[in-house]
Amino acid sequence: MGFLHRHRRLTPYLLLGPGLAWLALFFVAPLGFLGHQSLETQDPIELTYTFKWAWHNYSDAITTYHTQLLRSFEYAGIATLIALLISYPLSYWIAFRGGRWKNVLLLFIVGPFFVTYLIRTLAWETILADQGFVAARLRDLHVLGADGRLLATSTAVVAGITYNFLPFMALPLYVSLEQIDQRLIEAAQDLYASRVRAFLRVTLPLSLPGIFAGTLLTFIPAAGDFINAQLLGTPNQAMIGNVIQSKFLELTDYPAAAALSFILMAIILVLIGIYVRALGTERRTG
Amino acid sequence: MRSTPAKVFAFARRHVLTLYALLAFGYLLLPISVVVLFSFNHPHGRFNYTWQGFTFDNWVHWDAVPGLRGAVEASLEIAAISSVSATVLGALIALALVRYGFRGRGATNLLIFLPMSTPEIVLGASLLTLFLTMNVTTGFWTIVIAHVMFNISYVVVTVKARLVGFDRHLEEAAMDLGANEWTTFWRVTMPLIAPGILAALLLAFALSVDDFVITNFNAGTTVTFPLFVWGAARAAVFPQINVVGTAIFAVAVSAMLANVVWQNRRARRLV
Repeated sequence: MGFLHRHRRLTPYLLLGPGLAWLALFFVAPLGFLGHQSLETQDPIELTYTFKWAWHNYSDAITTYHTQLLRSFEYAGIATLIALLISYPLSYWIAFRGGRWKNVLLLFIVGPFFVTYLIRTLAWETILADQGFVAARLRDLHVLGADGRLLATSTAVVAGITYNFLPFMALPLYVSLEQIDQRLIEAAQDLYASRVRAFLRVTLPLSLPGIFAGTLLTFIPAAGDFINAQLLGTPNQAMIGNVIQSKFLELTDYPAAAALSFILMAIILVLIGIYVRALGTERRTG
Repeated sequence: MRSTPAKVFAFARRHVLTLYALLAFGYLLLPISVVVLFSFNHPHGRFNYTWQGFTFDNWVHWDAVPGLRGAVEASLEIAAISSVSATVLGALIALALVRYGFRGRGATNLLIFLPMSTPEIVLGASLLTLFLTMNVTTGFWTIVIAHVMFNISYVVVTVKARLVGFDRHLEEAAMDLGANEWTTFWRVTMPLIAPGILAALLLAFALSVDDFVITNFNAGTTVTFPLFVWGAARAAVFPQINVVGTAIFAVAVSAMLANVVWQNRRARRLV
């Protein structure tokens, strides 16, 4: 520590060094290689790759897979909205009515997500299965036709995505709601605001940072997901993640897969940009 | 006297939020109950989808399925190595960010934030591209590298949250009383941030055990538990998978409960 004491200004860089080097090597550099690969072309016979500034990979990818791209963002958007509608009242209830049980109640939200991602998705497969209890009852009630299915539908995929990313929505919401000074709400009511009005003018605006963080944290992984579409859907529900995954690992069409990865990232970044602008939360989220 | 329907309506109105919360909890816990329940199922076919009868066999012979034990061991080893490494690297970054002023803070924060806002599939794919270009054979250690990479950011965020509320006067007091920097760090700083570091370690461990997408890209012939489940999902779903899933769940929840209890006790002692 004597050395550190003499070189105090170096200390932060020594602390940052190893971790940032790791991120530079295994996060930044790979993105560079992926970018390089997205501009390569594949020799159809030799199956070798050559770098050619092949920008057409991008336009080809969009032309061929715009259905899956649109579907990904549609599913992710719907799932994010439903997750918000489920999580907000739940987080509100824990934050304002939880009392000393708050931490235990939070455990009920986080706990389920320590069951392996794939296993909880398979559990939904069991629940929604054609021969399962739920589908059978719905058929008895004629909500579902005789050969109607729950599994292998868009609804199943969206429901799976909603479920799997719910804590990313609920936890930031809880944190922002829990920080609200209750006296502000009481003050609004003392000033003759109705409960609804106090909620709309005080609670809701103060919880915006949570809504902001929660929607982003849910939307981003949801847009890139392929597991729900794979296990709960059919190729008709394939998302862009499914295309990237199979092109990389099954078809070894690396340039197209790399181009699609960048398109996915770019769209997400643009959407985040628009969203940040619209909410103007630069200050609110610190 | 109000009529019964009116009373029911008034009750529902007063407790609508509570009812909603209970329904939401039910929804959250439903698949988990299915996982736990079906770990005791006695299936006759290859698929564990319908209830056939109760048995403890799956728990007693949890490793009867070829490859399952190896996959679980690989997952635990990878999680242990990667969570400890990521916690060390991430905690150092968090210390630097909270305790020191330096040039490049904004860039550092961005570099920490970006991996968390990049879809996992892009993280996995880009790492695979790196390994392919460098002719690195993917396997156990490439999985470790990947897990350390995506865990660093989560550790930084978790430890930072703990460090922000930290009173620097305590360290200054220790130094005024003659402790050198080393002693101050281990006797004052470390005990205060220990819960944050432990929480980060547990989170990193859990994320590592659970990761499928990034691992799937960089695993080579190594099979971790989620990869095993993925492979099994296409051919046959064994109840033993539910046994392991239930066990991981039970351990994680116990660890979290213990952490909550421990922090409450410390809070009482420090006050």
